[in-house]
Amino acid sequence: MPSAIEIRSVSKHYGAFQALDDVSFTVESGEFFALLGPNGAGKTTLISAMAGLSRPSCGDIRIMGHDVVGDFRAARKSLGVVPQELVFDPFLSVRETLQFQSGYFGLTRNDDWIDELLFKLGLAEKANANMRALSGGMKRRVMVAQALVHRPPVIVLDEPTAGVDVELRQSLWAFVQELNQAGHTIVLTTHYLEEAETLCNRIAMLKRGKLVALEEKGKLLRHGAEREVSLRLAGELPAALQALKVRDEDKRVVLRLSELSQLEGVLAALREAGVAVRELNVIEQDLESVFVRMMQEGAN
Amino acid sequence: MQGFMTLFRKELVRFWKVSFQTVAAPVLTALMYQLIFSHVLSRHVEAYPGVSYTAFLIPGLAMMSMAQNAFANSSSSLIQSKITGNIVFLLLPPLTAVEFFSAYTLAAIVRGLAVGLGVLLVTAWFGLPLPAHPLWAFVFALLGCGVLGTLGVIAGIWAEKFDQLAAFQNFLIMPLTFLSGVFYSINSLPPFWYTVSHINPVFFMIDGFRYGFFGQADVSPWLSLAVVGGSFFLLSGLALWLIKSGYKLRH
Repeated sequence: MPSAIEIRSVSKHYGAFQALDDVSFTVESGEFFALLGPNGAGKTTLISAMAGLSRPSCGDIRIMGHDVVGDFRAARKSLGVVPQELVFDPFLSVRETLQFQSGYFGLTRNDDWIDELLFKLGLAEKANANMRALSGGMKRRVMVAQALVHRPPVIVLDEPTAGVDVELRQSLWAFVQELNQAGHTIVLTTHYLEEAETLCNRIAMLKRGKLVALEEKGKLLRHGAEREVSLRLAGELPAALQALKVRDEDKRVVLRLSELSQLEGVLAALREAGVAVRELNVIEQDLESVFVRMMQEGAN
Repeated sequence: MQGFMTLFRKELVRFWKVSFQTVAAPVLTALMYQLIFSHVLSRHVEAYPGVSYTAFLIPGLAMMSMAQNAFANSSSSLIQSKITGNIVFLLLPPLTAVEFFSAYTLAAIVRGLAVGLGVLLVTAWFGLPLPAHPLWAFVFALLGCGVLGTLGVIAGIWAEKFDQLAAFQNFLIMPLTFLSGVFYSINSLPPFWYTVSHINPVFFMIDGFRYGFFGQADVSPWLSLAVVGGSFFLLSGLALWLIKSGYKLRH
């Protein structure tokens, strides 16, 4: 079975601006993959190149084994993209929008699937409403339905939950997880790192057009083995440990350890100084701190 | 094929949903021209022997309206989609350049023909005879709308702002359609303007269309067919190349 997405040495420049710089990675079938990076990192440019909305200056991309330029028809049939910008056709109703979108993909009798999409995305009651009459969140749901109308094996969501209420975020993710379990490959970009952390198996990070990290989520979290430990002490922090202190927090002192095994030494030093430990907490790393650190360090 | 059919149908739905603006309004405008010009000029001009000015005017007005509306259909649809951003829904599916081009152009032709038919119907009582050569009339209507529909596709792809499209429309399409012998026979022009008229393809559309009704025209219908047909193939080639290359559509 071919890889869902294969990106090989893709670069894209607009004049002197390098939007993508020799990016290569592969997303396997069935993965739930996150593409992270600050604004302007090249995420949307990369997605546009996958979808054929823009053309790489060099390198090539395959979707389910189909080259997005040479074999664009098969590649585009395999891909469903939810664009970041909220766009719609003001002349059409919700159902018409989905029927036309099916037709563009060569499908005629698609009403059963359209009905299912309308139901799953909570749009059934709005099926005959004009697109202009919908709220922003509802329009976003229609865009998701449009991306899924041809049942693509690979689905790319470019910040689908930006500016969307909590209820839609939750129902959308439940639906996307269901699709993933049914075998669809999902690629997602998001600003909400906790979403990537809960949903995705593998994460790629882009910075200024370059791939700075590509890891399994767990590995990425363990990446910097650095841990923070929060301690509530009976006395003052001994001078020997002052170097490790990063901050005070609510009557506790927070130390940064280069690795967890260093904790033993810390406890020994405290015992020696006769300072009792009232409370001890190892602060688990979250994606956000890894992300922030990688973006600070990352390739320049 | 299904992709083409769907986009074609979408384009028809688009103009039909606002048919007051896209069909009825241009028909009314043409009727106004007919009323005013025939009132002012009917006693002064006889364009062809045996053809009154009021009758002479009708096919020209119909062709001009067809041309302007065919252009407006494809160009305004494309620019609106580009500016609102919903063109992305046409760029993501596996539509080929030929499907994309044919759908927009054919919808433009349908709107042009609908307007043309409307103009002929409301102005016929000014004395329009039944067409002497219906097939010629139909071929020129079809090709004329095709040329302007294609030009609309090109302008819609090229323009990035409504202002640019308006410039294209007002500084190119309007002069081409007005200075094409709609209101006069070019045989009445001074030599310089007579020559200039011959580089305007819209002149040949109108002249050929008129031949279909009166069996007489300023130039041979075959020459008009060659010019209009040639323009259509040339512009179609250009439009297809623009779409295929992704010019201003895929960055």
